[in-house]
Amino acid sequence: MAGLTKTNPATALRADITPPRWLLAELTYACPLQCPYCANPIDYAKYQTELSTEDWKRVLTQARKMGAVQLGFSGGEPLSRKDLTELVKHARVLGYYSNLITSGYGLTEEKIIQLKEAGLDHIQVSVQASTRELNDHIAGTASFEHKKEVARLVKKHGYPMVLCVVIHRENIHQMAEILAMAEELGADYLELANTQYYGWAHANRDLLLPTKEQFEQAEAIAQAFKEKVAGKMKIYYVVPDFYEDRPKACMNGWGTTFLTIAPDGVALPCHSARELPGLNCPNVKDFSVEEIWNDSKAFNFFRGIEWMKEPCRSCDEKDKDFGGCHCQAYLLTGDMHNADPVCSKSPNHGVIQQAIDSAARNALSAIEKPLLFRNSKNSRLLS
Amino acid sequence: MTIKPELPVQFSRTHRLQWEDAQQKHVILYPEGMVELNQSSAEILKLCDGTRNLAQIVSELEQKFTTSGLTNDITAFLEVALQNGWINQN
Ligand code: SF4
Ligand code: SF4
Repeated sequence: MAGLTKTNPATALRADITPPRWLLAELTYACPLQCPYCANPIDYAKYQTELSTEDWKRVLTQARKMGAVQLGFSGGEPLSRKDLTELVKHARVLGYYSNLITSGYGLTEEKIIQLKEAGLDHIQVSVQASTRELNDHIAGTASFEHKKEVARLVKKHGYPMVLCVVIHRENIHQMAEILAMAEELGADYLELANTQYYGWAHANRDLLLPTKEQFEQAEAIAQAFKEKVAGKMKIYYVVPDFYEDRPKACMNGWGTTFLTIAPDGVALPCHSARELPGLNCPNVKDFSVEEIWNDSKAFNFFRGIEWMKEPCRSCDEKDKDFGGCHCQAYLLTGDMHNADPVCSKSPNHGVIQQAIDSAARNALSAIEKPLLFRNSKNSRLLS
Repeated sequence: MTIKPELPVQFSRTHRLQWEDAQQKHVILYPEGMVELNQSSAEILKLCDGTRNLAQIVSELEQKFTTSGLTNDITAFLEVALQNGWINQN
């Protein structure tokens, strides 16, 4: 009875640690697009080495054995990896539910069929706006018509079609048109992701952060649409936490559910954790996924509540949000042990209002700063 | 959305039902999500293969678990499943 043998003694022994469920495989930092909100690290150009096919297969096998089941192939643009189909096949054999998170750039019908046969479960295509002009401007690459074609082909070949649009000040006024586009394309799922301000988005915040009024208007439109398409299209709305007074429960709790592997093999408890100082995130070339998940300093760093400072330590809401996002605490207060400043109980909460004011000043100023596009030249310049 | 008794019930092509060793239970997988199932829900869904209608699913499970009177519970669950898009009929 294979089903009853405990294949994973370490997980059973460490009852306080839950095994990973979601694995995000960032296959490469290479990407033909240049989105100014990209979540990749600003200095990604420094990390040139990529894991080999064999490394990735080993990682997928090890994480699956621990209990990971949702798998995202991401990047960069995962289609830039020549071995993508081979990895998809391997994932299918292991029993993952796998997702290709793509810009759609360079995706052909032939490849869509090939990936389906290899066992890919769904494809998430990102679109930057509802008009060609704005889409191509934000993507920094002419790609709009092709993305729409890819969305249709994804649907045609029987995948659940997931459309993803990152929302920010440059496209938030198009909310109604974006929703109409999703409906026209027959999206089964629509992810409306208000920009989270890490990586490139942090550098471009003055240009991307909308006003509270813009948020509220857009949210009302999305909410009404959600009711209209209930049963036909599922909408995931990622809330803009700058306008909340409690932080999000980042990654469902550090080291509880999510595991990200960066292109060079560095294992991260969240995809921004690379920006945190002193974590020394381990590499899958040196350790097994199990050793990393259970025993590494990085994955244990924010587990539990021992690390907390006030006001989180004595707060009765700490089981709900675990103190919020450590990357946000670090980026905005300089100390990753602080409460996420989105929290109104944080003594640093004022920095959020300052960010909002600064963005509003920039929006009104005669000479708006230019967007900083995500490309290797800018990355090298800034790292 | 209600279950049409005469039509066969089919598990959704865009979801996946599978046994998870690590969790010792069946789960439904779909984009961005996972639902953990208890044993009876899993038993019902496994019979939704596009060949059986409601009455056939009920009688098969009543036989399997040597019991009777499951119609209401199974109908209620299938209606939830239909609303969630886990199954369809046509
Ligand atoms: S956000 Fe844009 S630039 Fe960054 S990886 Fe995705 S498609 Fe490429
Ligand atoms: S003080 Fe800390 S634990 Fe309490 S709500 Fe704010 S961020 Fe969460």
